[in-house]
Amino acid sequence: MGEEFWTYFWVVGTFGTYIAIALWARASSTDDFYVAGHDVHPMVNGMATAADWMSAASFLSMAGLIAFLGYGGSVYLMGWTGGYVLLALLLAPFLREFGKFTVPDFVGDRYYSTAARLIAVICALFVSFTYIAGQMKGVGVAFSGFLGVEFNTGIMVGMGIVFVYAVLGGMKGITYTQVAQYCVLIFAYTVPAVFISLIITGNPIPQLGFISNVKGEDVAMLEKLNTVVQDLGFLEYTQSNKSMIDIFAITGALMFGTAGLPHVIIRFFTVSSAGAARVSAGWALVFIALLYTTAPAVASFARLNFIDTVNESTYVASDADYDAAAAAIVADGGKPIPEWFKNWEKTGLLGITDKNGDGIVQYRAGNDNEVTKLDRDIFVMANPSIANLPAWARRRSVYRGGIVDGDLIFSQS
Amino acid sequence: MSETHTKIDGKGYWREVLRLTLALLAIWFAVSYGAGILFRDLLDNLSIGGAPLGFWFAQNGSIYVFVGLIFYYCRAMARLEKKYGLEV
Repeated sequence: MGEEFWTYFWVVGTFGTYIAIALWARASSTDDFYVAGHDVHPMVNGMATAADWMSAASFLSMAGLIAFLGYGGSVYLMGWTGGYVLLALLLAPFLREFGKFTVPDFVGDRYYSTAARLIAVICALFVSFTYIAGQMKGVGVAFSGFLGVEFNTGIMVGMGIVFVYAVLGGMKGITYTQVAQYCVLIFAYTVPAVFISLIITGNPIPQLGFISNVKGEDVAMLEKLNTVVQDLGFLEYTQSNKSMIDIFAITGALMFGTAGLPHVIIRFFTVSSAGAARVSAGWALVFIALLYTTAPAVASFARLNFIDTVNESTYVASDADYDAAAAAIVADGGKPIPEWFKNWEKTGLLGITDKNGDGIVQYRAGNDNEVTKLDRDIFVMANPSIANLPAWARRRSVYRGGIVDGDLIFSQS
Repeated sequence: MSETHTKIDGKGYWREVLRLTLALLAIWFAVSYGAGILFRDLLDNLSIGGAPLGFWFAQNGSIYVFVGLIFYYCRAMARLEKKYGLEV
């Protein structure tokens, strides 16, 4: 089976599933359409909220960002999860209690003012459009790559598909579609994480591997990472060059921002009561935490592994016969550049410049760095191959144009 | 406290809700802004497994506490609603 077949298989399969779910959950009343009839189970709603809210930024970019920022990346971890505490304690149950469909409805009724309601509508539209612009770019890239059409046409096709299942199924259809998305998302994220954790620390649970020793060595994984990055001239991993006040303020902004996202808040209208809304926020955070506590582990493993395999490796220039060239390098006692590096080089997300002409890749901080192109998203996208996963698992992530199917799946929500 | 079932003690209920909310928000603040940011250098002198404690709070620990906080809040609110006869 060729790459082409699997690409079609996954894309047609996922969107086929979504449309099937929408047909099955067809909305038959206003209540069904906007709030799924108020009868979604809190846990199911929590899962749907998690999938709805975790987009390409969480899935694809966050671990890569943390890998580079080290402690500085904590702002995303604390910020994007801490907002749910505010949501559960201060917002969701009270809005649900009021029993309206949307936040502008609530604002308008609570403050007896059409003007306030109008302002709330404008705010909601502004936030939603800003949010969806990023998501739609992902849809455009994915569909244009997959169908081999212009970027704009790709967006139109993607939007058309989303339109069909959103209009058919309403909130109910979207809820169950998102449950399906969450399952795909968390599987695609945690499986490589488990394997890479096993390889580096010998512990299958990434969260525990994160605080364990390096496999077969008497040194903590984070401690080793600190030493390794410092030796190459980078800042210690557990430190940040951001000031404390910056970290404090960014974390705060992200927390309050998360608590106010309209597409998250509206999810709490779909459960049966204020009590159910509280429980649902708890479940949402459980499902989010599954990814969010894995991400920092993945980030540190990936950084360590990247340095370990790429730094001081001998570059293989020819694309044609990697295996033979790599074997020759090993026979000479050298370390060949990993094959996944060569694969991702083609997408332009990775690239080297042999500045000192010694044929060996030096990864450093500063001007001597020979890894001149290093897209941060690579750490998640290349993870399955970095972790040496079997081909069936790898194929799903090596996507034409360098897009993981995961991105495509949730970028539409 | 004398419980009257004919009239709901809304003020008492609300006072308890506020106290609960403030206490939980204090913990919320302490584990993230406190342990993860303001006092992290201090906490980094300790470690959990192989990770500096302050760093761990910022990247993992605070998230676990957040989850616990929300579920505790659910239970406590259900109890309060029962106590004041506000169950639906």
